Amino acid sequence: MLSASMQIVILKTDFLFFLLLAGTFLYSLFVVKDKQLLEVWRQVFRKPLAIASGMILCFYLAVCLLDSIHFQSLENSKKSQEITSVLDYLFEPISKQVETTYSAPFAYSSFVKETLLNDDGSVAREYPRLKFGGSHLVNPETDYWPDIWISLIYMLCVGFIFWLVLLFIYYFFSYRSNTESAMSFLNDVLISSVSSRVFWIALLGFCLLFSFLFVFAGHYHILGTDKVGNDVLYQSFKSIRTGVLIGTLTTLLALPFALIFGVTAGYFGGWIDDVIQFLYTTLSSIPGVLLIAAAALMLEIYMSKHTDIYMSVVARADLRLLALCMIIGITSWTTLCRYVRAETLKLREMDFVAAATALGASKLRILFRHVTPNLMHLVMITLVLDFSGLVLAEAALSYIDIGVDPSMESWGNMINSARLELAREPVVWWSLGSAFFFMLFLVLAANIFADSTRDAFDPKTND
Amino acid sequence: MFNYLLKRILYAIPILIAVNIFTFFLFFVVNSPDDMARLHLGNKHVTQEAIDNWKFERGYNKPLLWASESEGIKKISETIFFENSLKLFLFEFGQSDSGRDISFDISKRMWPSLAIALPVLIVGVCLTLTIALFVAFFRATYIDSTGVLICVFMMSISGLFYIIGGQYLIGKMLKLVPISGYSEGISAIKFLVLPVVIGVISGLGNGTRWYRTIFLEEVNKDYVRTARSKGFKESRIMLSHVLRNALIPIMTGIVVVLPSLFLGSLITESFFGVPGLGSYTIEAIRAQDFAIVRSMVFLGSLLYILGLILTDISYTLVDPRVRLN
Repeated sequence: MLSASMQIVILKTDFLFFLLLAGTFLYSLFVVKDKQLLEVWRQVFRKPLAIASGMILCFYLAVCLLDSIHFQSLENSKKSQEITSVLDYLFEPISKQVETTYSAPFAYSSFVKETLLNDDGSVAREYPRLKFGGSHLVNPETDYWPDIWISLIYMLCVGFIFWLVLLFIYYFFSYRSNTESAMSFLNDVLISSVSSRVFWIALLGFCLLFSFLFVFAGHYHILGTDKVGNDVLYQSFKSIRTGVLIGTLTTLLALPFALIFGVTAGYFGGWIDDVIQFLYTTLSSIPGVLLIAAAALMLEIYMSKHTDIYMSVVARADLRLLALCMIIGITSWTTLCRYVRAETLKLREMDFVAAATALGASKLRILFRHVTPNLMHLVMITLVLDFSGLVLAEAALSYIDIGVDPSMESWGNMINSARLELAREPVVWWSLGSAFFFMLFLVLAANIFADSTRDAFDPKTND
Repeated sequence: MFNYLLKRILYAIPILIAVNIFTFFLFFVVNSPDDMARLHLGNKHVTQEAIDNWKFERGYNKPLLWASESEGIKKISETIFFENSLKLFLFEFGQSDSGRDISFDISKRMWPSLAIALPVLIVGVCLTLTIALFVAFFRATYIDSTGVLICVFMMSISGLFYIIGGQYLIGKMLKLVPISGYSEGISAIKFLVLPVVIGVISGLGNGTRWYRTIFLEEVNKDYVRTARSKGFKESRIMLSHVLRNALIPIMTGIVVVLPSLFLGSLITESFFGVPGLGSYTIEAIRAQDFAIVRSMVFLGSLLYILGLILTDISYTLVDPRVRLN
């Protein structure tokens, strides 16, 4: 599928996500130099639960990254014009729509009876075989269970061996590089968590998960298919990008407003302070959902007015995602702005600011060199704390039709289209269940990680 | 006290005006009424005549801010800004885009919203307080840490799943109450039980954790140490010292949302088919009814500001240490 005629496409949200990753990388370089910060981060990873949840978050981020590298075929045929991502490529057979309707997890036949024409011309109501799920089975009634068991044992072996290899590599290298001068970041933060038992237990879990996906996803729909035959596992994985992007980009987009307004209000005071306070009191007095709804309606008009500009479905959905992040960002920057202002008020009176003023530093220099760096912990805490709430908000907003584009895979859209399935007889539970667990793991990990981060950074809980 | 309140109310007016201008800008300047009409009438194959007609029916054919063709005071009053935005201050919400009277709808639909939101708040606060006090009493033990872990777990589940799961479990499997619907009068209770129960449960995790933090902040204060050194029992300290003082931040958190209870919850109401203001808003969003959404934005911020003022009053009533000036 990946051929020379493929061209990398960078969507707007991709760009911002890469920017965020680059920022994280720069920050980690900064942390390495700063002994005090390093100590704080080590404290974050001291709790076993925080290590495990940090790994889960890394997994989600990695999936998001894979899904953010987009390709477009240069060939001129109509079908290959679509923009696909690396994740689509990895999920190759099941990322295309293959079945016709519902099928249960690990099923080899459809969930719904259909009228079939037998070879001898007679008509029967039967569950038809799936096109993809279990299609390698010659005689499904007898071959099904042996195939499952063999694959299961195979998967356990592969996962375990892979884990052992990683363990071996780690001990080999930690033995080799056991010197003071070795990469300090690795030594200080990573190794302290890598050497913990929880890390390896969690890694074993991930190894087994990957080998499970690797072994079974090639032959079965692990989480079944939805009403129109889309693979639920693939949908859930695609939704990760939407959730993670909303969780991170919203805060990223709100950050400049909150920082600039908060710092200027706190530092200069006077009428500037009054104006900015008035501004954020006004914005925060509008109930968030209603503001988002109003802005989303306006966006709808804007999009319907400019149907001709955005050609591909993906780019259009992408723009809508970005707009949604911006809209939620506008409603949420006020809280951070308030914190930043209060903190700046405190910092302004500090001795080191007075010293800088006495040495003749300009106001701008004081703001950039002395005040803003000391606000970074607030930014850090907000970024992590808001993440889980934003992921949950996306689902709720998509349910009331003011969330992401309906063509975009997201947990909210999955829930929205599947919410009546529990009323079916027999019950179709896999779509809702998958969205539930994929969201739960992300949000739970984010919550636990955020708690640990806040405990480490917050001076109030530190003493 | 009186002077302070007057000041607060006077400060609220410019904020409401700002909200008003903001919504006006959002709804009429970012996109012109022509675009709205096009969205409603279908984007293609729409004549200018049909658009003008649509605008005339809803009074959107006037100039935005300044009617230069009119005489005298009408230069200002015969504009969209005056007719559709400033009149919100008089609670004249006008007609919705589908022609219904918004004020009438709101006055009718706020009661079902309140019927759900108020019990959820009262039962929720009582239950959450009890659990949080229990957890805080056993602080730094396994009960505490498991309690917090359960809270974080409950917080991590989307509210949609509480509703879907509750409807499935209580409504469909156990068949205790109807899954959704509403009726007038006393028979509404059987429809209200499920949304209230689910509303309480879904807020439990967040609330318990928050109250626990407040309790723990109080527990470390000097007066608690004094009480302990006097030899009071821990249970008495918790109930009569810590709880009383912790109630101040808790109460302000409750008072601030009190007026907003009328707005109801968007998702709960639409799932349970309750004809409250929440489902009203959702219907308006889905039907792209700008007049209703605009009114709700204004009403929402009005109620929020009212809540803030009430919070200030309640502060002085509860805590004699606070003097407003």
